[in-house]
Amino acid sequence: MVEVSSTLLFIAFVAYLVATFLFGGAVKSSSSKASKSYERWGKLAITVTIIGFLSNIGYFITRWIAAGHAPVSNLFEFTTAFGMLVVGAFILIYFIYRITALGLFALPIAIIIIGYASMFPKEITPLIPALKSYWLTVHVITAALGEAILAISAVAGLIYLLKNIDMTKKSKQRFWIEAVMFVVVLVLGFIVATTSFTLAGYKAEFNYVNKEEQVLKMEYHMPPIFGMNESEAITENRMQPLMEMPPLVNAKKLTIVTWSVIFGTILYILLRLILRKRIAAVLQPFTKKANSQFMDEIGYRSVLIGFPVFTLGALIFAMIWAHEAWSRFWGWDPKEVWALITWLFYAAFLHLRLSKGWEGKKSAWLALIGFIIIMFNLVAVNLIIAGLHSYA
Amino acid sequence: MDKIVCTCGNVNPAGTLLCESCGRPLNKETAEKKLVDMRYEGSARRSQTYNKTIIDKVWNFFSSVKVGVWLIVLILVAASIGTILPQVFYVPATTEEDIAAYYERIYGTFGTLYYKLGLSDLYSSWWFQGLIGMLGISLIIASLDRVIPLYKSLKKQKTKRHFSFLKRQRIYGIGNIENGEESIKKAEEKLKTMRYNVKREGNALLAERGRFSRWGPYINHLGLILFLFGVMLRALPGFYVDETMWLREGETLYIPKTEGYFLESKEFIYETYSKEESEEVFGDAIDRVGTIAKNYQTNVVLHKGPEGAVAGHLDDLTFEKEAAIQVNKPLKFDNFSVFQMDFRLDELASMTFQLQDKETAESFGEFTINLADPKPVYELSEDAKVEILDYYADFTGFEDGVPQSQSPLPNNPAFLVKMYTPEFPKGETSFVMIKETLEPLGENQHKLAFQSVETRDVSGLTVRKDLTLPILMLGGVIFMIGVAQGSYWNHRRIWIQQLEDGQVVVAAHTNKNWLSIKKDMDAVSEVANLPKYEDQQDEDSKAEKEEGV
Repeated sequence: MVEVSSTLLFIAFVAYLVATFLFGGAVKSSSSKASKSYERWGKLAITVTIIGFLSNIGYFITRWIAAGHAPVSNLFEFTTAFGMLVVGAFILIYFIYRITALGLFALPIAIIIIGYASMFPKEITPLIPALKSYWLTVHVITAALGEAILAISAVAGLIYLLKNIDMTKKSKQRFWIEAVMFVVVLVLGFIVATTSFTLAGYKAEFNYVNKEEQVLKMEYHMPPIFGMNESEAITENRMQPLMEMPPLVNAKKLTIVTWSVIFGTILYILLRLILRKRIAAVLQPFTKKANSQFMDEIGYRSVLIGFPVFTLGALIFAMIWAHEAWSRFWGWDPKEVWALITWLFYAAFLHLRLSKGWEGKKSAWLALIGFIIIMFNLVAVNLIIAGLHSYA
Repeated sequence: MDKIVCTCGNVNPAGTLLCESCGRPLNKETAEKKLVDMRYEGSARRSQTYNKTIIDKVWNFFSSVKVGVWLIVLILVAASIGTILPQVFYVPATTEEDIAAYYERIYGTFGTLYYKLGLSDLYSSWWFQGLIGMLGISLIIASLDRVIPLYKSLKKQKTKRHFSFLKRQRIYGIGNIENGEESIKKAEEKLKTMRYNVKREGNALLAERGRFSRWGPYINHLGLILFLFGVMLRALPGFYVDETMWLREGETLYIPKTEGYFLESKEFIYETYSKEESEEVFGDAIDRVGTIAKNYQTNVVLHKGPEGAVAGHLDDLTFEKEAAIQVNKPLKFDNFSVFQMDFRLDELASMTFQLQDKETAESFGEFTINLADPKPVYELSEDAKVEILDYYADFTGFEDGVPQSQSPLPNNPAFLVKMYTPEFPKGETSFVMIKETLEPLGENQHKLAFQSVETRDVSGLTVRKDLTLPILMLGGVIFMIGVAQGSYWNHRRIWIQQLEDGQVVVAAHTNKNWLSIKKDMDAVSEVANLPKYEDQQDEDSKAEKEEGV
C-alpha cells in the first residue's frame, strides 16, 4: 500500500509537469482566443491536470489506509496535501472562469510545493497522543484547503502584476516582482541542493553542546558551513565547519539555508545568463492574453471563497481542538499566532478592497504578500520558531 | 442640519448623497462624478454628516475603515513580534528573577532587552489588549454607522430610478429599440426564471437578488463582537477556572475550585509504539526517531464529598464514576474538565529498610516508610524500634551542618533516625540517605540496611472550567454565517427603463462578482432585445476593442 501510494504521487507530479507545458502551449498558441488550437491545447491541459489530481487523491487515500490516519501529520504529508489542494482549488476556479493562463502559473507553484515537501522525511509516522483525534483530519484539511484557495489569489495576482508592470522601465514594482521570482528560484535551489547531497550520500556526525549544556549528536546531510556550538567531528575525513555558531542558533538548519541560497543564486545567475532577460520579463509574454480585470476578479473571488474556509479550519476548528487537547482554546503558540496574523491580513485585504477601492496592482501585491505569510507560517514557523506545532 | 428634499419629492436625511427613492445625486460633488459610489447606496452616514462635538469626533474616528485597517495592521505586527522569542508562559521558570535570568542566559543581550521591554509577555500587556479593545469599539461603531442608513436606503429604493442615477452605474447601456415595451416584458420573464425578484413601475423594471448578502459584513462583525465580549467575561469571578494538580497513583485529592469533588488515581499508563506491532508501516519512522509516544493515560475514580467537604477530609466520599483520562479525552463533569497534561514516571513512593547489626548482620526486623507520610516511630519488636527524628524529602546537602530539602517531593529522601535495640535502649543516631549513611554522634553498632524501593507514577492534570465557551461558540457560528453570507452570495440589481423619448436604458450593479452579472445581462439580452451595455471600468476590454482584437 505504501509503495502504491508513492507511485501515485509520482504519477501526479509528472502529470502536473506535463500539464504545465500543455497550458504553456495553450497560452502560446495562435493569437486568437477563439481559435481551435487554443481550445484543443486548453482541453488537453486541463484533462491531464485532472488525471494528475485524481492520482494525487489516490496517493492521499492509499496513504490514509496504510497509516490508519489522515496523512497530514508531519511536514512532508501536510505540505504535499497543501500542494494537492492548490491544484484542486485551481481546477475549481478554472471551471468558474476557464482561464488557461492561471494553470500555467498555478501548476508550477503546486509542483514546487510538492517538490519542497519531498525533501523532508517521507516515512509514515505513528500519531503521538496529542494528534490522536478526528480533529486532526477536520482541522488540518480544512485549514489547508482554505490556504490553497487563498494561494490561487496570489497566482492571479502574480499574473496581473507580470502583465501590468512595465518591464522596460526601472521601477520599484519591477524590482520587487523580480525579487519574488528570485525567492521562487531559491526554493528550487533548496530542492537542487538537498537532492544533490542526498544522491552523493553525504553524511557527517558531530557532537555539540546545546543551550542547556547537554552534549548531543547532530547528523549533517550537507557539508557543514556552520558548526553547532562547540562541535566535534565524529565522522572521519569530512569537512570541518567553517564557522562555529552560538548554542542558540541551529547551525545545521543555517547550513541548509546557506546551501539553498548558494545553489539558488547560481541557478538564478545561470538562468539570467541563458535568457539574457529578467525572469519576470521572460514570463510576461505568457500573461499577454490574460484579461487584467478577470485576473483582478479571480484574485478577489478566491480570497472571498478561501477566507471563510480558512477561518473555519485554521481558527474555529483549531480552537475547538486546542480546547480538547491542550485544555485551552487559545494559547498564543507561534503557529496559532501566525494563523491569526494570516487571518488579520486577509481581513485587512478585504476592507482595503471594499472600502478603500484597492483594486488592480495594489490588490495583486496584497494577494502575493498574503501567500508569503502563509508560506512563512508553513516553512519558517515549523523550522525556526519551535512551538507546539513543530511535529516534523 | 436640514433634511434634503429631492426633486422627486422624497425627503432624505441630512447628508444623503443619492436620493433614497429615485437615485438623483443630491450635491454637486456627486453630480460631477462619472460613476456613483454605490457602497452604501449614497446614504446618510452619521460619520460623514456631523463633525462638531467630541462625540462626533470619537464616532468618526472609530467608524473609519482606515482606522480599522490600521488597528488590524498594528495588532498583526505586534502579534508577530511576540513570536520572535518564546513567551513567559512557555519558559521553564516561575519567579521574576528566574525568568529574567532565563532570557539572559539563553538569548543574551537581545533576550534581556526583549524581557525588559515587556515583549516576553506581550499578549497580556495593557497596550496590546488596548489595541484589541479599540478594534472591538471600531467594529461596533463602524457597523452601526453603515448598517442603519444602508438598511433604510435599500428599503426605500424605488423601481423607477432617475436617468442621472442609471447612467452613472458601472454597467450601463442606452439605445433606440423597436418595441421597447415588449422587450422589457420579455426581460421580466427571463429574469424571473433566473430567480431575480422583479418589480415593475410603469415602463421601469428593477430586478434584484441576494440583497441579504449585504448584511453579511454586519452579521460577521456582530459575531466578532460577541466573541470579544465572551473573552472579556472570563475576567469575572466564577466564569473561568484554570488549575493544575499533581496526582500520584493510589492518591485521592480534592479537585481545586470544584464543589467537593475528589479524584483518585488508580494507575498512570505510558505507552510507546513498538516495532513489532507495526513494523511494516511505522518501522522506518521508529528507526529514525527512536521512541514515539503512543498514549498518556490516567485511570481515575471521581468521588464526591459530602456538603461542605474540604481538602484533606477523605471520609464519606461517594463514588461518582470511573474514567480514563487521555490526551484529547478529558474527564468531564459539572462544567469542569480534567485534562491529561503532564506526568512524572517512577517517583519514589516507599522505602523498605532492615535494622541490622553491622558485624553479624543479625536482623531486628523490616519496616517500610511511606515517603509521602512517614510515621514518627516504627515498632519492630518489643525492644527494637526506629524513630524518625526528621525527614528531608528532597535532600540537597548540608548548610552550616543543617540538612536542607529543596522541595516536598521525594526525589532524594534522607532521614535522621534513632535506632533502639536491646543493647542500646537509649538509641543510636544515624543519618540515612540513599546509598550512604552518616553517623553524626560517633560510630554505631547498628545500621538501617536498605532493602527495596517502590515507585509510582504521577499524573499532571489541568482542571478547567470555562463558562464563556458557549458565548464564544455562538460568536464563532454567527461570524461564519455572516462571512459566508457576505462572501458566497452577492447583491445584484438590474434596471431596465424606457425613457420619455423612447430610448431604452439598461444599468446594473452588484456589490461583487461583476463577471456573473455580465453573464446574467447577456442571458437576458439573448431573449429580449436590449441595448448593448458597457462596463465603464474595464480598461482592458476597451483597449482590446480599440485595437480590434
